[in-house]
Amino acid sequence: MMNAQQSLYNSRRWKVWEPVLWLLALALPYVLGSHALIINEIAIVALFAVSLDLILGYTGIVSLGHAAFFGMGAYAAALFAKLVMPDPLLGLAFGIVVATLLGALCSFTIMRGSDLTRLMVTLGVGMLLMELANKLDWLTGGADGLQGVLMGPVLGRFEFDLQGQVAAWYSISVTLVFLFLVRRLVNSPFGATLTAIRDNRLRAMAIGIPVTSRLAVIYTIAAGVAGAAGALLAQTTGFASIDVFAFDRSADLVLLLVIGGTGWLYGGVAGAIVFKIMQDLISSITPQYWTFWIGLFLVVLMMVGRERLIRPWTWFGGKK
Amino acid sequence: MLTILFDGIAYGMLLFILAVGLAVTMGLMNFINLAHGAFAMVGGYITVLLMQRFDVPFLLCLPIAFVGVALLGAVLERTLYRPMYKKPHLDQVLFSIGLTFMAVAAMDYFMTSSQQIVQLPEWLKGRTELGDGALMLGMGHYRLFIIAVCAALTIALQYILAKTRFGSRLRASVDDQRVAAGLGINVNVVFLSTFAVGSGLAGLGGALGAEVMGMDPSFPLKNMVYFLIVVAVGGTSSITGPLLAALLLGIADVAGKYYIPTFGAFIVYALMIAILIWRPQGLFVRKGGKA
Repeated sequence: MMNAQQSLYNSRRWKVWEPVLWLLALALPYVLGSHALIINEIAIVALFAVSLDLILGYTGIVSLGHAAFFGMGAYAAALFAKLVMPDPLLGLAFGIVVATLLGALCSFTIMRGSDLTRLMVTLGVGMLLMELANKLDWLTGGADGLQGVLMGPVLGRFEFDLQGQVAAWYSISVTLVFLFLVRRLVNSPFGATLTAIRDNRLRAMAIGIPVTSRLAVIYTIAAGVAGAAGALLAQTTGFASIDVFAFDRSADLVLLLVIGGTGWLYGGVAGAIVFKIMQDLISSITPQYWTFWIGLFLVVLMMVGRERLIRPWTWFGGKK
Repeated sequence: MLTILFDGIAYGMLLFILAVGLAVTMGLMNFINLAHGAFAMVGGYITVLLMQRFDVPFLLCLPIAFVGVALLGAVLERTLYRPMYKKPHLDQVLFSIGLTFMAVAAMDYFMTSSQQIVQLPEWLKGRTELGDGALMLGMGHYRLFIIAVCAALTIALQYILAKTRFGSRLRASVDDQRVAAGLGINVNVVFLSTFAVGSGLAGLGGALGAEVMGMDPSFPLKNMVYFLIVVAVGGTSSITGPLLAALLLGIADVAGKYYIPTFGAFIVYALMIAILIWRPQGLFVRKGGKA
């Protein structure tokens, strides 16, 4: 028999395959050097997805505007590199701080109301920022995007190369660092209160969990992580455009998180890998109409039930 | 000044017709349907096609768009939507986004991505001006027509909801589905017909709005946010709420774009967020109904 304490300890203990996976991730840019660009992209999207998982999967807040924080981080990092200094790590930190502040500000908007209200408010914040980035063209370059961002070498030693290997390593390292931190967070008592809020908010309140402040804190943290992902994108591509705020980005993110499985740390990572490769393949077959197939996939997935996708053994067992 | 107010009202009325179906289905089934704009797009394209290929007069196109989209809505409700009612909101959102993506890509494939133009009949093209100076009121005949049609529809809807037997069944189902079913109301049929009429109204709105809002395959994505704003701000428990919200949005949007063109859309979103923080359930909530 296993008591509750043991099962909690078990879930936080490192599995055998986890270090292997992490080492494999670090080796990837070296092994698949010619695909370093897409590996970089996957690492960034994975980090972004993990940040959404914090609020969607672990806390149960439906958000369609998570790209707001991603974009904020991207613009903050790009502007920092352009106007202050080109050091990537300082830029990354700056992007995180700005996105975290924005998240703290926005966390007031998600406290009240139904799912629809939250959906609209998060969506609205994303749209608002996109509009702002578009109109403040003296600062952000408007619809043309912010060009000419030159990055210095990472840690003063590793210069970004054209092939993108250094960029891929940089993104993977940052992603792994955040993955480690998030892993600690969700397995802590704090993380347990989050899942309690997700599963039954009323009951969580009754056993003395401060729901409002927990929601605010996790929303702020998730915003900071999303900002880190955005900063990585801006730094490794040397470019920030208003497309970082786009609605599609938030929608795609929710989709890939659902593919990978919500409320599971590696769900975002798995979803990012599958989604990016799928996007690459389908759009090379039909560049214009690939959204149709994504749409079809979504509809079918939702009809069948998303829990069953990540549990293949339930496919043929009839209804559970 | 008055002209802007007039255009705003016309736009708001149009938004109301487009969004009222969404408000009712959301209130009734607690289903977040982001694919509502796709129905409106289908209505718009039915009109465009009939007028361009078969020379059907504009006035005849409107009812055809309504009926066609209503049938489509009924079929989809029965086959695709019904299993989704019991799922969590996240599933519903993703499901309807998927439908929208499919509709957008399919329209792109069959109709090309260029904007379609609706040829209005002669008698709707003119413009009447009253008064002068700051109080000048310029009324485009087509906008006048939109206001007239939408006002008539609103009165009809209000009548159906408030006075008929079907209306009271519908209100009962919105308030409490289980009790309504227990009283012998066939909630499924109420759902089906409401969904069909709501979609049909969206189709009609799309047909009417094709000339004003432009009709191209990205229509559902571009305007979805506006429909959702109307519903979120207006609340889902009555039709006066969405009507007032739509008018407010229409006037704010037109006026914002006219007076401060650089920050037009900005104002709308900021206003929405402020209202939703202030009244999370929407501006007009009827007491007693289930939220």
